[in-house]
Amino acid sequence: MKLTLKVWRQKNATAKGSIVTYPIDGIDGDMSFLEMMDMLNNKLILEGDEPVTFDHDCREGICGSCSMFINGEAHGPDRLVTTCQLHMRKFKDGDTITIEPFRAAGFPVIKDLMVDRSSFDRIQHAGGFISVNTSGNTQDANSIPIEKENADDAFAAATCIGCGACVASCKNSSAMLFVGAKVSQFALLPQGEVEATTRVLNMVKQMDEEGFGNCTNTGACEVECPKGISLENIARMNREYLSASLKG
Amino acid sequence: MALDSKIPQGPLADKWTNYKNEINLVNPANKRLIDVIVVGTGLAGGSAAATLAELGYNVKAFCFQDSPRRAHSIAAQGGINAAKNYQGDGDSTYRLFYDTVKGGDYRSREANVYRLAEVSTNIIDQCVAQGVPFARDYGGLLDNRSFGGVLVSRTFYAKGQTGQQLLLGAYSAMNRQIGRGKIKMYNRHEMLDVVKVDGKARGIITRNLVTGEIERHSAHAVVLGTGGYGNVFYLSTNAMGSNVTAAWKAHKRGAYFANPCYTQIHPTCIPVSGDHQSKLTLMSESLRNDGRIWVPKKKEDAIAIREGKKKPTELSEDERDYYLERRYPAFGNLVPRDVASRAAKERCDAGFGVNKTGEAVYLDFASAIERYGKEQAYVQHKDANDKAVVTALGTEVVRNKYGNLFQMYEKIVDQNPYKTPMMIYPAVHYTMGGLWVDYNLQTSVEGLYAIGEANFSDHGANRLGASALMQGLADGYFVLPYTIGDYLSHDIRTGPIPTDTPEFEEAEQNVRKQVDALVNNNGTKSVDYFHKKLGKIMWNKCGMSRNATDLQSAIDEIAELRSDFYKEVRVPGGQNEFNEELAKALRVADFLELGELFAKDALTRNESAGGHFREESVELDGPQKGEALRDDENFTFVSAWEYKGAPKDAVLHKEELEFENIELKQRSYK
Repeated sequence: MKLTLKVWRQKNATAKGSIVTYPIDGIDGDMSFLEMMDMLNNKLILEGDEPVTFDHDCREGICGSCSMFINGEAHGPDRLVTTCQLHMRKFKDGDTITIEPFRAAGFPVIKDLMVDRSSFDRIQHAGGFISVNTSGNTQDANSIPIEKENADDAFAAATCIGCGACVASCKNSSAMLFVGAKVSQFALLPQGEVEATTRVLNMVKQMDEEGFGNCTNTGACEVECPKGISLENIARMNREYLSASLKG
Repeated sequence: MALDSKIPQGPLADKWTNYKNEINLVNPANKRLIDVIVVGTGLAGGSAAATLAELGYNVKAFCFQDSPRRAHSIAAQGGINAAKNYQGDGDSTYRLFYDTVKGGDYRSREANVYRLAEVSTNIIDQCVAQGVPFARDYGGLLDNRSFGGVLVSRTFYAKGQTGQQLLLGAYSAMNRQIGRGKIKMYNRHEMLDVVKVDGKARGIITRNLVTGEIERHSAHAVVLGTGGYGNVFYLSTNAMGSNVTAAWKAHKRGAYFANPCYTQIHPTCIPVSGDHQSKLTLMSESLRNDGRIWVPKKKEDAIAIREGKKKPTELSEDERDYYLERRYPAFGNLVPRDVASRAAKERCDAGFGVNKTGEAVYLDFASAIERYGKEQAYVQHKDANDKAVVTALGTEVVRNKYGNLFQMYEKIVDQNPYKTPMMIYPAVHYTMGGLWVDYNLQTSVEGLYAIGEANFSDHGANRLGASALMQGLADGYFVLPYTIGDYLSHDIRTGPIPTDTPEFEEAEQNVRKQVDALVNNNGTKSVDYFHKKLGKIMWNKCGMSRNATDLQSAIDEIAELRSDFYKEVRVPGGQNEFNEELAKALRVADFLELGELFAKDALTRNESAGGHFREESVELDGPQKGEALRDDENFTFVSAWEYKGAPKDAVLHKEELEFENIELKQRSYK
């Protein structure tokens, strides 16, 4: 395949960026999108140019590092995959592909396609945990039976990889799918109930401080989420928040 | 220096309890005066950092990723073992201990493995308390599955994302401490040297990957939870950033490197598709609970399949060779990983491989789908003889168990594994070797600890499935916090460690020199060029099957490649910015040294043990003909290598392994 890549290049956080066009040839349908980027980079290096910087690590769709906005969609045109699992067979010969970073006030660009998502970490510091020490003397794991359906829903919420596609896809740059998933995981489990009130209040407060927008129920986040995190999690967080506000 | 494993006295089952009763403790007020550095935030590093901070120490944690949650433990799929015996199928601490020692081909340390089995049950309790959503049955209790090399169901899981859920548990425990200011977290930092003061590890030198700044960090002890070195093969199931640098720098500062040649080649990975390949993807071992592995019985069928003239589904049962079930009737498809991998290689080498490259075998779910479908048909009062109904119901059961893995396969290979068997082939996955540690998890450098995959201690020559997560969390949550306390109890009056000393200066200059040299090298070849070449040498000559001639030539070739690397590598960009090529070059430089030591270790160990298979050492006769042959008389020891400059000059120290509780036997899974 022969492709034309239009890639966002930005030297550093403060520099002004722009789209640069690169033709590329010899792309195989079995390559992953990132392997195509490797090929581009290898070419740039040998031509004495600087390679394109992007986040990536596990390349199997679970670490949440990769974060490209491809032809106007977070992680590109395929559904339920991250960029690293997107394969070039989804494109055709002669295509032009525009590649940009995830854009949001909460995700400042570090360089080229790489953004700073530490805001997500800070939201978790505010309450994304159950306060239990690792003494090894907690009660036996089977002493609290948990309804299978709740356990499965908690698991489904917990599979969020923290990539930020939800934020990048949202016209308001809202992080509510991400925060809702974490709040939901704990809200659905008896272990999480004890701190439910403070957790949701603190996490939402931090989310707002990081500059993420509000949810207007467009649902783009759910469509583009590589892990299929459901909008129900936002609804559950709103319920949790409302009841916590009434208590608080 | 003589190796002292510091194994406590007394009967095996009492060692850990007695040890904990006798060690020195640090009182809470004094813990506030003590700093600990933890490098790596996977299951081992993350759990250690959280626990040490909970105890009251001041922790500084480092990871090269943009968040501790992205450490590669996140990618572990199948599960975590624990001797809970919830299934009532005869499991016990002793049996988990026994299975692990046997699975490791009798090359691990009894006392460490017993302790691991002992604390395994605490891990499950702890994780559930943290809100880790393990799979449950309809009664609301925890579910289990089976893994290779064992005859009980002791594996706890969260679909095919167990590592993710456990890591997020450890990450949440870290978050709580970061929020309280007890952990200071340094993301996007790479450790590039260990600083020793008066023989003790007292700090590290790091490079901030975003700004390029070289930084000094001091502490009273340094803990490395930096994972394994599978990426020395270039292609592996490790993350792109996984590297040996932290461990290797520690080695260069005096920490012995143990058993580097013990590598796990995992039998069920998606086969290589072409030269562009940047990494390999694992398909969890849990799939072998329900998938049956086969190749065609007749070579002409294999050829027809390779040429696209035949489909696997067209072959009848008696045209298929379920070679694991045939060779190992007792364990069948659930033999340990090393055995399954070699068996796949044997069939493919003999010409029975089933993909374009001839390097793939089938993993088939048709019988599982039928079995589960029939069961569901009975439960739901549907017609168990209607094939379409049975297939639909069975597919649903399989989807519930392994849905994410099947989806991942389909996205990569573009084939539907519910309808046609998966193609799989072995790939480098895990390294049992690592920094030598004593019972306290301390390396041969005082105050320098290694935990999780970064150390060598628990898995011998082959790790059993679902035991890596267990070991990482055991070390971090339940072992290191005790053992390091005993060491730190001598540091309560030391006070903060200054960084403006000659030792820190020397280490920093050492790092700066290396960075400068690489950035200004102006060669003509990319870092990947060298990494790929190294990977090819490793895979072809130090892979699933090894012999003296190949190993000797690997040693020579790697040494030559290393010298070419320094002459010809090109690192574009500068050092005071985010520069991935520079970060990669620093890592590959260390792989190029480790690779040579790896081959040297493999050459020295002239026996077949676990993942290390020497063609010169096989059973020649009897029912075990062709199977790996250990040489207990000459090789029942841990190889611990001391750094002496070039890898070829490394000096071997032997830690003799003593088995007081388990009788050494031929490891039979027949």
